[in-house]
Amino acid sequence: MQFMLLFSRQGKLRLQKWYVPLSDSQKKKISREVIQMVLARKPKMCSFLEWRDQKIVYKRYASLYFCCAVEDQENELITLEIIHRYVELLDKYFGSVCELDIIFNFEKAYYILDEFILGGEAQETSKKIVLKAIEQADMLQEVRNTHIACLFVLVYEVTIGSFPSC
Amino acid sequence: MPAVSKGDGMRGLAVFISDIRNCKSKEAEIKRINKELANIRSKFKGDKALDGYSKKKYVCKLLFIFLLGHDIDFGHMEAVNLLSSNKYTEKQIGYLFISVLVNSNSELIRLINNAIKNDLSSRNPTFMCLALHCIANVGSREMAEAFAGEIPRILVAGDTMDSVKQSAALCLLRLYKTSPDLVLMGEWTSRVVHLLNDQHMGVVTAAISLITCLSQKNPDEFKTCVSLAVSRLSRIVSSASTDLQDYTYYFVPAPWLSCKLLRLLQCYPPPEDGAVKGRLVECLETILNKAQEPPKSKKVQHSNAKNAILFEAISLIIHYDSEPNLLVRACNQLGQFLQHRETNLRYLALESMCTLASSEFSHEAVKTHIETVINALKTERDVSVRQRAADLLYAMCDRSNAKQIVAEMLSYLETADYSIREEMVLKVAILAEKYAVDYSWYVDTILNLIRIAGDYVSEEVWYRVIQIVINRDDVQGYAAKTVFEALQAPACHENMVKVGGYILGEFGNLIAGDPRSSPLVQFNLLHSKFHLCSVPTRALLLSAYIKFINLFPETKSTIQEVLRSDSQIRNSDVELQQRAVEYLKLSSIASTDVLATVLEEMPPFPERESSILAKLKKKKGPGAVSVNELEEGKREAGELNGGGERGGDSSAISTPSPSADLLGLRAGHPVTAAAPSAGSLLVDVFSETGFIHYGRLMLLIFLRTHERTITKPVPFLAVPACLSASHTLLSLALRFVCKNNGVLFENQLLQIGIKSEYRQNLGRIYLFYGNKTSVQFVTFTTTLNVQSKPVEPLIEGGAQVQQVINIECLTDFSDAPLLNIKFRYGGALQNLTLKLPVTINKFFQPTEMASHDFFQRWKQLSQPQQEAQKIFKASHAMDTEVLKAKLLGLGMALLENVDPNPENFVCAGVIQSKAQQVGSLLRLEPNAQAQMYRLTVRSSKDTVSKRLCELLAEQF
Repeated sequence: MQFMLLFSRQGKLRLQKWYVPLSDSQKKKISREVIQMVLARKPKMCSFLEWRDQKIVYKRYASLYFCCAVEDQENELITLEIIHRYVELLDKYFGSVCELDIIFNFEKAYYILDEFILGGEAQETSKKIVLKAIEQADMLQEVRNTHIACLFVLVYEVTIGSFPSC
Repeated sequence: MPAVSKGDGMRGLAVFISDIRNCKSKEAEIKRINKELANIRSKFKGDKALDGYSKKKYVCKLLFIFLLGHDIDFGHMEAVNLLSSNKYTEKQIGYLFISVLVNSNSELIRLINNAIKNDLSSRNPTFMCLALHCIANVGSREMAEAFAGEIPRILVAGDTMDSVKQSAALCLLRLYKTSPDLVLMGEWTSRVVHLLNDQHMGVVTAAISLITCLSQKNPDEFKTCVSLAVSRLSRIVSSASTDLQDYTYYFVPAPWLSCKLLRLLQCYPPPEDGAVKGRLVECLETILNKAQEPPKSKKVQHSNAKNAILFEAISLIIHYDSEPNLLVRACNQLGQFLQHRETNLRYLALESMCTLASSEFSHEAVKTHIETVINALKTERDVSVRQRAADLLYAMCDRSNAKQIVAEMLSYLETADYSIREEMVLKVAILAEKYAVDYSWYVDTILNLIRIAGDYVSEEVWYRVIQIVINRDDVQGYAAKTVFEALQAPACHENMVKVGGYILGEFGNLIAGDPRSSPLVQFNLLHSKFHLCSVPTRALLLSAYIKFINLFPETKSTIQEVLRSDSQIRNSDVELQQRAVEYLKLSSIASTDVLATVLEEMPPFPERESSILAKLKKKKGPGAVSVNELEEGKREAGELNGGGERGGDSSAISTPSPSADLLGLRAGHPVTAAAPSAGSLLVDVFSETGFIHYGRLMLLIFLRTHERTITKPVPFLAVPACLSASHTLLSLALRFVCKNNGVLFENQLLQIGIKSEYRQNLGRIYLFYGNKTSVQFVTFTTTLNVQSKPVEPLIEGGAQVQQVINIECLTDFSDAPLLNIKFRYGGALQNLTLKLPVTINKFFQPTEMASHDFFQRWKQLSQPQQEAQKIFKASHAMDTEVLKAKLLGLGMALLENVDPNPENFVCAGVIQSKAQQVGSLLRLEPNAQAQMYRLTVRSSKDTVSKRLCELLAEQF
């Protein structure tokens, strides 16, 4: 996968994930182009579009469009289900996800995506495992990880041979 | 359970996002953002150390602002600080910021890499995953250098957690894609391949992406993966829908992994081991069988997942292209999808069938669906589906159905969407040529094509029809008759006129026996279109006329009359004028024999790759045809005209020329050697619209060089076709001293227009870069020895881009800024340096004053260095009005009734610069008798007087 974009019916970009190196201006240009192209499509049209030497696979969920660009030989249908699985993950995490959840908790939407897809490829397709990873991370949030701190001190002790002055 | 309720919500962030959402206008939003940026900046710069929470909150706000589309140029350091926080959420935000706002500052990269290194060695799987995600998201070369050695170790280590292995595999994949030279699997290869056997499906899913990519590059090293992949696939395919628990998706077992396994197998030929192959064929059959089973769920997700595997399996079957049974089954399955109610499935079936059509085993099976596909072309509501149908028709076309398919495509063209017309036209042209058994059908088809979609018929198409007509003498009479009839339509496309001009010019004699198409009727018909045509077509018609004189001596006087008319012989276009003059001369001085030799029928063209195919190859992209087909097309195209009884040299077929001009004039003929010395005539007659044979041309050149005295010398602009070396064009800038707008520079490739406006000491220049060619300019850059906004790096053929340059005059100056332009046209680097027409006088503020005041100030500026004077010869006519206009253009006030001598001009103005204002007075005294001027400039600054005097002396 080359990139994933989430945008509203009004064409507002809600999430953008790029799996290929591009400059900011290229990203802006591509987003504009793709959003415009997808918004111009009528319902019932097919979910795949040829674009440059790639394919755009998109699907609309309520007010949000989910849109992926994949390599030419990539499987369109499975990409469509990648999108669906991501929607399911968001839905499960936020509880009936809506556009506002993604606007206000955009960082969470990115974390969930990173657990699911990495470097443009599916990393973990099990819904349970992805959600468990995110929940574990949420649990960790305010807990000072003393175990780690201790480990650091120990390493320090071994290599330097004395405790730090504090 | 929205995350905000989990206690880590950042209130300040939520408030800020609400504020932004409540903004009524873009301006309000920008205002709110700027306020926030100022706030964050002051917090980051403040003396008080920020706690982790605040830092996290502000970094997150910056990220939000960036994602809204605004530029963020600070906060990187704070984000990097967060990386080493012990609090997970702080670390997480830090990593997210770094991943999104990649920064190339090397010091920063060092710090980021350090933090990543710490997290990778922390042995805490959550932290390790965060670090790996960051590397995978950024994927820069620096990161590859730092971590490409470490990550394979993590990937294969026995004690690595599954989640970390998954991240490590995909992280490595990303690094391999950016820097393959740094990712060396070496000793790890076999252990990586064996990840396919891992118990954890997630690990297999992640690892297989890496293995597939590595296999594509080094198939031999990874070939043991084939049998592992087959057995894994077989286990999945034969498992019950509930066996795989959470990896079952809507009753389909592990669809993602199945697709990836089938994709991996496509990197290799069919397995050699009989047992492995048998097992794989069994899998593929099971997948095809399952497609026939009733669905286990009505949900579209179920059918999508199931069909995703089916399409991937069909791709593998096509890739192997060795199992006729499977190929035919695949084709039948796709045939069912052609009429499915899901648009997506119809689209994919058409697409997939396109590749099946190229297999000898399934070509016939695909052909049975022709009616359905034609129907799709006519009735599908989605243009992208219709496009697929057109592609499939093209792919399934052969001798047996060519006439039907071409007819359907032609009738579809009448209503086809603009977006696909050009490609459709090319396809029709190729099919017509490839499967032409009788050439009258071919000629009819192409002329129909021009009639229906003339605008979309590219040069290549009409070149090709001419080439074929010339090479096949059995079709020439028919072609002449048909094109003559087509030209009788009241409105016919210009391309039709071109074909008509060419064919009648060559073969009009073949139909001249019929009084309805007598020579004069033919000529009058062609000439009736003349005035509606563009210059290149008119040029072609003029060549047709001279050919007529040779073919039909009875038309000579009529045609000479036309050539002699002012609209030809004095045409403002040099090309037309030159042709008219030379053809007229040629027809009047050359004897019939000479004329017949010069204007003999064109010899057959050398056989070579059809230029249309070359064009379609170039267009490869939307609806591309597979290379195999193209190759096949080439062979067949060669057969078509190579088999001509003109003795076409069929060995030449195998040397396709990259040149797209079908007439073969530039690349095919031996003209290249003679071109440089032969001069302009050679170039123009050999342009693509000319059709006078090279051998005869030398004679024409001879005539031309010996008739110089009678041939009116016609200026032929010898502009180099491309500026290969760096050209410095400085003098042009002088033309703009007294005007602000115009064409600054022009050659055959590029036109630069300029528009400028000045107010006090400020100026703004708009530069318009116009691409005069049909080819795009890439890596277009301009550099100014002062600052300017960057320009778009790419200029499409025929397009124009604009660049704005803001100027402030700081103090007086004499050197104009230099503008350097670099771009690539085709392969060649073009380099050009221009002086921007910014001169000191642009910053003049006109000052009106009475005679008395003028002389008083004139006297005040009496120090010798304040005055500059020049006496020079007039280089233009001394017309008072022109002089006035020029002086006004200079920017000063032109003062009437000041100088006692009404012949003289006086002006006054103040030059506005940031440093100072320089009052200037000017007096210009023309001497009509001597054709001389005396120019005197006085100003409060000596350098200004001198510079103004220099500038102006060149203007009159």
